[in-house]
Order: sequence, then structure tokens, then C-alpha cells
Amino acid sequence: MLLVIEHKFFPFKKKREQMCMAVNLETEILFMLLPINNVQQFLNLSKHVLYCSVCFMIMDFLLSHYSRENLENIPALANNPIRRQIIGAFFDKRNQHQNEVGSFEEIGFEQFLMVMSHFRPPTLKTTEEERETMRKEKLRFLFNMHDTDNDGTITLEEYRKAVEELLSKSGAIGQEAAKAIADAAMLEVASTNVPHMAPDDFYEGITFEHFEQILKGLEMESRMHIRFLDVDTTTMHCGRSTS
Amino acid sequence: MAVLRLTRSSSGPRLTEFICVLLLVLVSVASASRDVDDPHHQTNSTGHKKAFPVLSFHYEEVKKPLEISLWILLALLMKLGFHIIPRVSNVVPESCLLIFVGLLVGGIIKAIGGEAPGLDAKLFFYYLLPPIILDAGYFLPIRPFTENLGTILVFAVVGTLWNAFFIGGMMYGVVDLLSCLLFGSIISAVDPVAVLAVFEEIHINELLHILVFGESLLNDAVTVVLYHLFKEFAHAGTVTVADAFLGVVCFFVVSLGGIMVGAIYGILGAFTSRFTAHTRVIEPLFVFLYSYMAYLSAEVFHLSGIMSLIACGVVMRPYVEANISHKSYTTIKYFLKMWSSVSETLIFIFLGVSTVAGPHAWNWTFVIVTVILCLVSRVLGVIGLTYIINKFRIVKLTKKDQFIVAYGGLRGAIAFSLGFLLTDSDMKNLFLTAIITVIFFTVFVQGMTIRPLVELLAVKKKKESKGSINEEIHTQFLDHLLTGIEDICGHYGHHHWKDKLNRFNKAYVKRWLIRGERSTEPQLISFYNKMEMKQAMMLVESGSAAKLPTIVSSVSMQNIQTKGPARRRAIPSISKSREEEIRKILRANLQKTRQRLRSYSRHDLLIDPFEDVSEVRFRKQRVEMERRMSHYLTVPAKSQETPPVRKVCFESEHQIYTYDDSESPRGSAQASRPHPSSPDAVSLLDESPQRPSQRGALRTRGDAEVRAKAPDDKEEQDQLKLSRCLSDPGPKKDEEEDGSFLS
Repeated sequence: MLLVIEHKFFPFKKKREQMCMAVNLETEILFMLLPINNVQQFLNLSKHVLYCSVCFMIMDFLLSHYSRENLENIPALANNPIRRQIIGAFFDKRNQHQNEVGSFEEIGFEQFLMVMSHFRPPTLKTTEEERETMRKEKLRFLFNMHDTDNDGTITLEEYRKAVEELLSKSGAIGQEAAKAIADAAMLEVASTNVPHMAPDDFYEGITFEHFEQILKGLEMESRMHIRFLDVDTTTMHCGRSTS
Repeated sequence: MAVLRLTRSSSGPRLTEFICVLLLVLVSVASASRDVDDPHHQTNSTGHKKAFPVLSFHYEEVKKPLEISLWILLALLMKLGFHIIPRVSNVVPESCLLIFVGLLVGGIIKAIGGEAPGLDAKLFFYYLLPPIILDAGYFLPIRPFTENLGTILVFAVVGTLWNAFFIGGMMYGVVDLLSCLLFGSIISAVDPVAVLAVFEEIHINELLHILVFGESLLNDAVTVVLYHLFKEFAHAGTVTVADAFLGVVCFFVVSLGGIMVGAIYGILGAFTSRFTAHTRVIEPLFVFLYSYMAYLSAEVFHLSGIMSLIACGVVMRPYVEANISHKSYTTIKYFLKMWSSVSETLIFIFLGVSTVAGPHAWNWTFVIVTVILCLVSRVLGVIGLTYIINKFRIVKLTKKDQFIVAYGGLRGAIAFSLGFLLTDSDMKNLFLTAIITVIFFTVFVQGMTIRPLVELLAVKKKKESKGSINEEIHTQFLDHLLTGIEDICGHYGHHHWKDKLNRFNKAYVKRWLIRGERSTEPQLISFYNKMEMKQAMMLVESGSAAKLPTIVSSVSMQNIQTKGPARRRAIPSISKSREEEIRKILRANLQKTRQRLRSYSRHDLLIDPFEDVSEVRFRKQRVEMERRMSHYLTVPAKSQETPPVRKVCFESEHQIYTYDDSESPRGSAQASRPHPSSPDAVSLLDESPQRPSQRGALRTRGDAEVRAKAPDDKEEQDQLKLSRCLSDPGPKKDEEEDGSFLS
């Protein structure tokens, strides 16, 4: 399988021109460096091309496999309160769109890219249905981050844990308030989705549909994206294309 | 009875109209008599000793304040009148009606023969404009503004430049080039007052609103530079490259300097508010004065006053709001809205009056060409810029959006005042006439038609946000997630820098500018507290209604919490009639003890029950609500005024009369906390599952148990014991109890 990467700024390239790199993912051999206008020809020749635009140090990833420790050692991540969950998301098999569960020990470039593909933004050309699919995909990603035991629902305990992690950098105030906030949030989800519950009914947990409902207002497809510097947005798409 | 009511309702608008007409006449007479001199005193001074005047007429002494008050009163009555007549205000935006009234008043004054007051530029720039801009800047929605800052800047700077040069260039031939460019620079700027007035009524979505509005605010720097530049050169006659280069430098100085001045005053204001804990009454004044000083200081150096004012408001707000009391916050909000409303009304009325008053030089071609050019240049500018901007935006601007942005480019009083300030008299009248025509065209035609157009094009409207805590949690979560992903990629993007700024803010700035422990409170918690407060206040204001407006479901904590060990109720239940009886007794007794009167001090806001009865009541109810509704699980994050509350509570149980008063009208409310050890231990608790508004029944039971240990009652009587139970030992203690209960 060939990976074609198109990027304007190669660190080792002096000139700022659009260059394209193709890597054979099985053998991990750097195929060639092509100027961008030749890419179309190239694409016509090969099948199963994973076409993606990336940036800077992802190049690092190309020829190696990474484990959790490698990611945890990134110094910039140290200040992030939800560090563990982010790293967990990379190693989560559910985010690979292949209907598997569990987690990896090590991930390669392909898995990394699949996770990153959740963060592409919509373009002017994306249709309504594509936007809808995108939104579901991104919400699914978030859902998987919260639903750690993979039972399809976010229980109160899991939600509490999530909020606690979020406030984990705020010391004692955060920890005490986390429980209250998580409870209030859970109550809100329950009230909006199942407004009339008898006193003895038990709300098991937030299902994916309820999760979608409660976050409808946030317009996830526009919010959850990474904007890569100087990349022409028309080339920002990631996914398998058979051409 | 029905007849009476009918006449009263119909007499409402008629009465207002009568008063308005009266005022119109008064104002016109007042202005007309401006030139009438009063020689009364002089002639009598040399004569014989006159009799002591019992009643005399000294109009001259109070003339100025009287006139000002009459104008303002007229403006406000007009505003009032328009809202009473619903049909008109739905079709025509308020600004149009006000200009029309101004025209009328101007006409009347002229007919009487007096000299109509024009819109004095100094009055406009120093007194009428700042409140509107401060209101806009202080309540600027920061998130959408910063997200779209690039787009807004491009529209503001490049768009205005394009407009100015296009219009000025095309007009060449009528007058010399530099005057044309000067005219172009005056007429090209989108006006924040007009935009606010029109856009406020159509409720379009946040993105478009912030784009047009942000542009109108930020183009002030460009306008200032261009105006002064061309004004200087109109005299000199020629422009060299060096001058153009200086102009560019000047632009950066004006805009960045203005922002810096504003930021400095903002920080000063925030720092001052840190120490105002003991003098709450003057807190709002600090905000207003520092902002006004920022504006004036910027104007001293011909920097952009508007940008300075906005920067001051934006910088000051988060810190000031963390420091000031709730009342001061409300005061600031209402005063700003009030002043900006009055200013806006006055501006439009004066525009109308000046139209009638000012000397006009009507030149058909000039005026028509100006109007057409304005429209054309705006449309071309927006389309061209959007094409470029969309390459860099994630959420692209569609054709509909572009249309609204182009159509919303209204001109207003700033253009008029700038024209007024020109000193060159032969061009001036020509320009003024054209400017007024453009303003009228944009405000009337575009203002009136934008609403049906918005409906027609089905532009997205503003969505009513209810402040969902889930959304807030996930917004924060997303922020951290995206920052983390950027860090993993090694990409220093948007989120990375925002995160860095936030951390810098938290580590250094907040510690200096926010008093006490609020400085370390994370945003999620402050949001949660605010929501809690808001909903509790809503409860208070909706009175005794048991049903909260937003909570229409019967879900309570017990539906969510996992079934723990048996939560059987150990307290015996009573019948409803008994409960009513007890309540009646309580009410009767507690009302008797309600006597309090404390000395009222002008400088002391708090601890005065009569003055603050609503505040105390609100707090009591809030704590009560917290107990009953686990939605409002207490957060031990220190809310501001816990010390005074505690003081009031502990002094004597008789002071807690307001507590019961607030509860007695509520039929289904649970009024008393039972004291389990008293012989008449009552449990009103098992009423709660049946009542949809009762929540956290488990919590209240826990409270009751814990309160049994409360050591603070010494009285014998049942009622007093119960009232003691009612008395609130203070939020802090509750929190501890609640915490221990839930764990």
C-alpha cells in the first residue's frame, strides 16, 4: 500500500514548493519525491493509495513504531490535563474504523493517520451528508474517549472520571467540584433525553444517540479540526481512495 | 370593568402621543428662545428700589440643563412610544423612526423661527459615542471575535481602504483628487452605531453579526488615519511617496497605540477593582471612568479612541467580574445598556434635526453618484475579499453570508460628524449633503429591507443558548484535546498559542489582578457557579411557582445514582393536613417576629435587611434550593459574600423571618427541616417523590440527620425549635455536610 504525502514545507527541502512524497507502507521504503503536478499521473498508476497531508515532525513517525512511553515523553504534553486520554485514543482500536476493540501496544504510521483523520475540517465542497458523517465520526471519537470500558454507554462513574481529569490541573478546588459538575451534567443529559422518568427508573448511562443530541449545538464538524500551517485546504483530506 | 380597562389601554398610546407633542413644542420653544436675550435685570438695576419679587422668572439660569433634559426626555418618550405601537416597530427599525422624529422636530423649530441645533461634533465624539462603544466592547463575545479576527481585520482594513480609494478615485473630476479622497475616506467607513441599531433587531447568527460588527469597530483606525492624512494634504495639494509611507506607519501607530492605551487602562481598572471589597458602591464607577479615560487619552494623541475603548473593556472584564459583587455587575450592565440606548436615540434624533438645520448644497449628480458608488464598492469589496479569505478559513463564507455582510455595511453618524469637522466651507456643504443622503439611504432603505431579506434568504438566526453544562465541559475538553494533538504533531497552531496564553494568564496575571482565591478558580467551575446562581435567581424571580421554567422533566438524582445500600426512609410520614397545620403555625409565629430595622448607611451596601431583603432572601432561597435540588450541588468554591450572610444568620433566630416569608406562598414547597429528636418529628419528605419539583429527597434527609446534631438551639418551644432548624447556619457548613453526605 502506498502512502502519498503532499506538503509544502519539507524540513529538508530548501525551496518552498509543493512537493509530494510517496512511501510504500509495507516495506517502508521512501518511494520518490515528486513535484505536485505529477501526482495525478502517479495516482492513476497505483491503487489503494492513502492520501494525506501532514506537517512537520510527523515525518518522524514514518519509519518507526511508537509505544505509549514515546508519546508520554513529549514534553509539551506535560501540561495537558487530559493527556492520558489523548494518548489512549491513539492506541484505541475502536478509532481505527475496523470494528475491533481493545488497544494496541505499538502503533505505526497508518494507525496514527487513521486517528488524525478524525480531525480534518470540512471544505466548501463537502455535501450535507458528508458533513453529517463527519460529525458522527468526530462525536464517536469523543465518545470513545469517555467510554473507557466499551459498553456503549458513558456511566456516571466514567463521566465523573472524565470531568475530574479535566480539572486535574486545578488542585483541590477542582477535585471537589468535579463530582458536582459531573452529576449536574449527567442530570442534564437525562432530563433532555428522557424527560419523564418515574422515581424508580434508573438512567443507565449516556448512549451515543443521547451524546449526539446533547452536543448538537456545538457543530462538531467545524470545531474539531487541526489547521495545518500553509496547507492548501483543497488538499486536506485523508482517507483511502481507490483511483 | 372591561370597559374601563379598554379605555385605559387605548389611552396609553394617546397619552404618550400627547406628551410627545407637548414636549416637541416645549423643546422647540426652548431652542428657539436661545437667542432671546433677557434684558430684564439690566433695566431695573438703575431705577428706584423695586418691590421684593415674590415670584420671578429666571429662565436663563437653568436654560442649559433644562434644554439638555428636555431633549433627553423627548428622545426617551419617543422610544417608549414606538414600543407601545407594535405594528410600526415591526416593520420599521427604530433608527428610522428616530431620524424621522428628528426631522419633525427640526422642522417645527425652523417653522417657529429659531435656530435648530446641529449635531455638534464635540458633543458627539466626547459624550454620545463613548457609551455605545463601551457597551459594545465590554460585552463583546470574545470567542467568536478571536476566532474570526483575521477575517474581521481583513474586512476592516483592506475593505475600508478599498472603499475609500475606489469612491475617491471614481469621483475625480467633480473636485480635485485630494478632496475626493478625503470625501471617500469619510464615507467609506461602516458605522458601529447604525450597525448595532439595525442588527440588534434582526437576530442573525453569531458569525455574521460579529463579522459586520467587528468590522465596524476596527475600521476606526483606518478612518482616523485616512481622514487626518487627507485633511493635511488637501491643504498641501500634493502627495509624495514619503507621505504615503508615513501614512502606513501612522496606521500602525494609531491602531496599536490605541490598543495599548486601552490595555493599560484596562489593567489599571482590574487592579483597582481588586481592592474594592469594602466600598462596593463605587465599583461600577471605576469601570466607567477608567474606560472613559482610555478613550480620552487616546483622543489626545489622535490615536484610535474606539479601539482603545474596546481594548480597555475587553482586558478589564474577566478580572473585574471576578472581583466585584453581583450587584455591581448588574449595575454596570444596566448602566451601560441605559447610556448606550439613550446615546443611540439622541444621535439619531440629532441626525434628523441637523438635516433640517444644516446648510445644504444639493448637487444631483454628486449625490446620486456617491450613493451608487458606495453600494458598488461595498459589494465588489466584499466579494473580492471573501474569495481571498475563504482560502484561509475553515468555516467558509457562503454567498448568503457575503450578501448579508455587504448589505449590512451601513453608514451613520460618525461619517456625518467627520464631515462636519471639515473646515473648508465650499466643499463642506456639498460633502455634507452627500453624506446625509448616503446615511439616509443606508439607514432607511437598507435598514428597513434587511429584515425581510433575512427571512427570504433563510439566513441562520441566532440560536438560543441555554448555557448547557455539557457543552461547556466539552468545549473545554475539545480545547485541551486539540492542543494535545497539536503538541503531538509538533505543530504550533492556534490552540497551542491559546493554551500558552491561558497558562500565562493563570500563572501570573490572575494572581495580581484577582482578589483572593477566585484567582485560581478554573473556568469550568466559574461557569458552573454562574449557572447555579442564574438558575437560583430565576427561581427567586419566578416567585413561588414550584415549576422551574427550564426543568420540565421529572428526572432527579435518584434516577442517576446507582442503587446503593438500601435507602429506606427511617422517618415516619405524616398526612398532608398535618403538614398544612404545621405550616400555618410556623407562618403565624414567624411573622410576628419580623421587626428588624437596622441603621441605613449610604456607604454600606450589605447587612441591611430592608434594603437588601431581596438579596438576603435570594441567598436563603439559594441555599434552600441547593439543598432541595441536587442540580445545584454546592461547590465549596468561595462565592463572594458568604461572610455577611453568616453574620446575619448567627445573631438571632428572629432575624431569619424572610426565610419563611419566601416559602409560605409556595404550596408545595417543603418549608421545614424536621428535627428528629423533637417529639413532633415530622417528615415532609415522603411528599417529595410525588412532586416533580422536588429533587434530592435523599439529600434533604441527610441534612435533617446531620442537623440533628446541630448544637445551636437552646429554646424549649417547638416552633422556635423548628424555626431554628429553618435558620441557615451558613453556606459553608452546608457544604461540608453535603460533601460528607454524598461521599
